[in-house]
Amino acid sequence: MLWVDKHRPKTLDKVIVHEQVAQNLKKFVAEQDCPHLLFYGPPGSGKKTLIMALIKQMFGAGVEKVKMENKTWKIDTGTRTFDLELAMLSSSHHVEMNPSDAGFQDRYVVQEVIKEMAKSRPIDAKGKRAFKVLVLNEVDKLSREAQHSLRRTMEKYSASCRLILCCNSSSKVTEAVRSRCLNVRVNAPTEDQIVQVLEFIGKKENLQLPFGFAARIAAQSNRNLRRAILFFETCKVQQYPFSANQVAPPLDWEQYVSEIATEILSEQSPKRLYSVRQKFYELLVNCIPPESILKKLLTELMKKLDSDLKHEVCHWAAHYEHKMRLGSKAIFHLEAFVAKFMSIYKEFLCAAFG
Amino acid sequence: MAPLVPSSQPWVEKYRPRQVKDVAHQEEVVRVLTNTLETADLPHMLFYGPPGTGKTTTALAIAYQLYGPELYKSRVLELNASDERGINVVRTKIKDFAAVAVGSARKGGYPCPPYKIIILDEADSMTEDAQNALRRTMETYSKVTRFFFICNYISRIIEPLASRCAKFRFKPLSEDVMSNRILHICNEEGLTLDAQALSTLSAISQGDLRRAITYLQSAARLFGSSISSSDLISVSGAIPEDIVKSLLVACKSGEFDVANKEVSNIIADGYPVSQLLSQFLDVIVNADDIPDEHKARICRKLGEADKCLVDGADEYLQLLDMASETIRALFNIPQGLVF
Repeated sequence: MLWVDKHRPKTLDKVIVHEQVAQNLKKFVAEQDCPHLLFYGPPGSGKKTLIMALIKQMFGAGVEKVKMENKTWKIDTGTRTFDLELAMLSSSHHVEMNPSDAGFQDRYVVQEVIKEMAKSRPIDAKGKRAFKVLVLNEVDKLSREAQHSLRRTMEKYSASCRLILCCNSSSKVTEAVRSRCLNVRVNAPTEDQIVQVLEFIGKKENLQLPFGFAARIAAQSNRNLRRAILFFETCKVQQYPFSANQVAPPLDWEQYVSEIATEILSEQSPKRLYSVRQKFYELLVNCIPPESILKKLLTELMKKLDSDLKHEVCHWAAHYEHKMRLGSKAIFHLEAFVAKFMSIYKEFLCAAFG
Repeated sequence: MAPLVPSSQPWVEKYRPRQVKDVAHQEEVVRVLTNTLETADLPHMLFYGPPGTGKTTTALAIAYQLYGPELYKSRVLELNASDERGINVVRTKIKDFAAVAVGSARKGGYPCPPYKIIILDEADSMTEDAQNALRRTMETYSKVTRFFFICNYISRIIEPLASRCAKFRFKPLSEDVMSNRILHICNEEGLTLDAQALSTLSAISQGDLRRAITYLQSAARLFGSSISSSDLISVSGAIPEDIVKSLLVACKSGEFDVANKEVSNIIADGYPVSQLLSQFLDVIVNADDIPDEHKARICRKLGEADKCLVDGADEYLQLLDMASETIRALFNIPQGLVF
């Protein structure tokens, strides 16, 4: 088992990073009831951990017996019928799914699944907890229609199911949905907190950490706890006992992007653009999200630029990322950004050095 | 737990005024409507105004006062944007409902006038086709049916529909009225709210009473019966003032890297960027030491960034772009590079 999962806090009391949030959530456990919740925060900040701990404390160990199934729903829209397939994780108390996987048909998923859950309402011996929890991931990727139908469904079936929504950026969730939920902001842990967690894991695993080692990993992780723990484990596999100046190897796609950045900075020509294109394709076929590529590329380029140029380059990066979102072929926009950058940089070089 | 235990009923519903005269802060509207209620003679109506000002409440209250609980179900059809409301629905459901004639049986002290009411909530999200299909329906059945349109933006209602209705504008609630209402709820629910928290609540909800009540309820569930101003801020998802200020300070330093670091921190802390943009706008507009020309340039960029965010662009890049443009505006660096 990966350390990320092994050392994930199972109850709200054991949460190290977001103690305050956990304390608040515990009130719902005491009440045995909760409103709809919306968790938002950057990746690797602990949203999922909090959600699972909350559900577990509310329903007991039953939620850990999850089964994975590929369910098919028959959808009847009035004008046509079709089948919709979606993977979901379910236990007797909760269902977890990723409705945005259904693409433009996500609206039907939202409506059908909740309706079905509302029909099969669990009955407890004491008549308590007669509701299920539906965890929806990545709600910020849901289409506008799906979010709109979500809000009506949320109200209609609030008796028999509670929704826990989870997303990265709450600005992409419509106001209507947000205002029906209790919003919980989960911030990324600070570097000190990451160090604390790493030391905790080190103690559990009986490892000796040299001075400053945890801090170095924390700095490298970009305030992403999951990544920090993965780095930590990689280091352990790589070499133990840890040497004083050991660093985790960077992720290979990031390495690859920084190579691209170096190439772009060393030569600006159509030929170079062509070779960069091959590398972009390589990244894209390996399912690296194009926004991540663009952001990483920007960070890498920024390291070596004058401040005047930085303004300009970041403007164009934002511009092309926006265009990428509107369009459908990421490669065009990545390449356009590189071409734009090359032209700006070349002009700058010519002006500066003649 | 049973679904409708009192604690789980939203306070917005619980404290919704049941009578037209209880609707807060809309004196003109209330005066006109009370008159029409006495005569039980209604025109078609169009309510417009910002969210949380009492439009739906008023419409429901009128219907309630006219028909009473018994007849309400059979006489009033309520449709809002979450229901299916394309042209098909207008042609079938609305038309069928509108066509049925009713008598004026006076029951239980309610006027029960001989017509029905169709309430179309959030009418500005109806398609233009659907609105056009309504035109004729409205006139044909005007003897037995009255339409209430409720919307935020009157400009999205087509002119032929708007001209068939009596229009009522609902204005945003003033701070006093809002505080009164909130204090009333606090009393009923046994909450304590200090003066600072009260003014924070008015500020973050921006004249939207529904939002204020929702925040209050969430805060009460999360933090118990005594609520401070920082509790309200954390529930509402508003961004603490000093974070917004520190971003401006970072921009004023003129160093791109300083601003970049600030932006990364904001993103890592998970603050919603669209909210940040609107709060940043307030700070910029109220800043005394920035010349108007620079303000204009920054505001333009804020607008562009907001549009991009709506389109789904990346938050980090947009915020960074905005910060960099702010630096350039503050230091008078022209857009685009000149060599």
